[in-house]
Amino acid sequence: MMSGRILPRATREILRSFRRTVSTTAVSSAQAAAASEATTDGQESTQPALRPLYLDVQATAPMDPRVLDAMLPYDISFFGNPHSRTHAYGWESEQAVEKARKQVADIIGADPREIVFTSGATESNNIAVKGVARFYKSKKKHVITTQTEHKCVLDSCRSLEAEGFDVTYLPVQKNGLIDMKQLEAALRPDTVLVSVMTVNNEIGVKQPMEQIGKLCREKKVFFHTDAAQAVGKVPVDVNSMCIDLMSISGHKIYGPKGVGALYVRRRPRVRLEPPQSGGGQERGLRSGTVPTPLVVGMGEACAVAMEEMEYDHKRISKLAQRLLDKITTALPDVIRNGDPEHMYPGCINLSFAYVEGESLLMALKDVALSSGSACTSASLEPSYVLRAIGAEEDLAHSSIRFGISRFTTEEEIDYTAEKCIEHVQRLREMSPLWEMVQEGIDLKSIQWSQH
Amino acid sequence: MSSVLEYSRMETRRMVLGLYKQLLRESAKFPAYNYRLYALRRTKDAFKDNKTETNPEKIQELIGKAQKNLEIIKRQVTIERLYTDTKLVIEKPKPSSHGSQS
Repeated sequence: MMSGRILPRATREILRSFRRTVSTTAVSSAQAAAASEATTDGQESTQPALRPLYLDVQATAPMDPRVLDAMLPYDISFFGNPHSRTHAYGWESEQAVEKARKQVADIIGADPREIVFTSGATESNNIAVKGVARFYKSKKKHVITTQTEHKCVLDSCRSLEAEGFDVTYLPVQKNGLIDMKQLEAALRPDTVLVSVMTVNNEIGVKQPMEQIGKLCREKKVFFHTDAAQAVGKVPVDVNSMCIDLMSISGHKIYGPKGVGALYVRRRPRVRLEPPQSGGGQERGLRSGTVPTPLVVGMGEACAVAMEEMEYDHKRISKLAQRLLDKITTALPDVIRNGDPEHMYPGCINLSFAYVEGESLLMALKDVALSSGSACTSASLEPSYVLRAIGAEEDLAHSSIRFGISRFTTEEEIDYTAEKCIEHVQRLREMSPLWEMVQEGIDLKSIQWSQH
Repeated sequence: MSSVLEYSRMETRRMVLGLYKQLLRESAKFPAYNYRLYALRRTKDAFKDNKTETNPEKIQELIGKAQKNLEIIKRQVTIERLYTDTKLVIEKPKPSSHGSQS
């Protein structure tokens, strides 16, 4: 009885002291950051820095606690190599991997045998685009993609061009959608692959997958889609959309980073040349030990997403509308990039005319936002996606992407909208362009001196 | 017979309400703002959505799910408490709770 009462107290003590060390280091580093900021700001040296809100969920999403809970046993107790066939450590890991494979397959309406685990959507895209093109290169040597694809698809196509393939980079319309007639016209007898992303990472536009899939099936061309931003957020079905290959990412669906999946259709069979040599895991398409905890996390993330899709979608749509209403009623000259109908509501890309996007981002330091994809956020170049939809240079420079997640609250949306309105108004008041517009001068009529 | 049914119905009701309270209590313990509010909101919405459920099999299934989630929340709260960070800008700082540790 005595020990029964003492033991939990002792455990609690240990936990508490551990927590204290962890949180004091966290606090002290935060204070150091606050102090270094205070030297520039000249205020608040004792308060630890508060964390900004996170509205950049297209870059990466926080893990769902349910996902971490599913993963941890495989990080702690069940560490076996899922490919070990001679002992229980291997079997239990293999079982977990196969369960995850089914969970991933279920969310896209596929067969578990058609799922290949990779390190992420970038690797999946590379395997799909390069692998298919290289396998059929003796007969076919033309690939079609769009100008608004993710960098990894575009760069894979570039390297195919260097290998002697022809690549068509389809332009998109002003709303970000591809023109089906243009796609049909671009198809050639030697076209091997069409790669079009389901939901765009920068403007949230959702391409007409069924139509593209049907056309590709008719013309006997393989259809690959980068669905990193779509799976778990909008319904995706590989059969009704006639998709032959699909890339999925773990960390975009509240799963762990460093894991993804590639769907490769079995019937009619899609064959590809694996870029990586090794132990022949994953049907020989992706050699290398499958990381059990990550894969388990990805499977759980898919299972949770499937169950929560309707609830999340309803809520995210509501929050998106709230943000849009607040901003557009308070501010004139705000342009929404991308088609307002065919889109995923959790990705809102707005251009604030007469304001420089980067300075707005700097001013909005209490909210983690981005002007576009994280991969290109280091450069000051305007986004190629926005230029592809025909946004004028100045508008492409003044865009900000708001990403709303499962965990975003109304309060966060209101705070973001308020701050955004405040800073746009402030920056516009400083802008000579804005002043000229207020005076009724058409900026397009001005002859800027060249230099 | 009907009194037995009535009794089990009461029993289920008591159990569901208990689970609901426990889920809310545990969810409120998440140190991270976003997880805490999500868990509270999701719990409330799930119970509200299934309030009128009468199929006993479905009710048992939902109870099982709630119990599973309760265990997950308890474990995750424990883990998260070990790695808490500073609060978000929109959270109102509680006077003299965390700031006095250094």
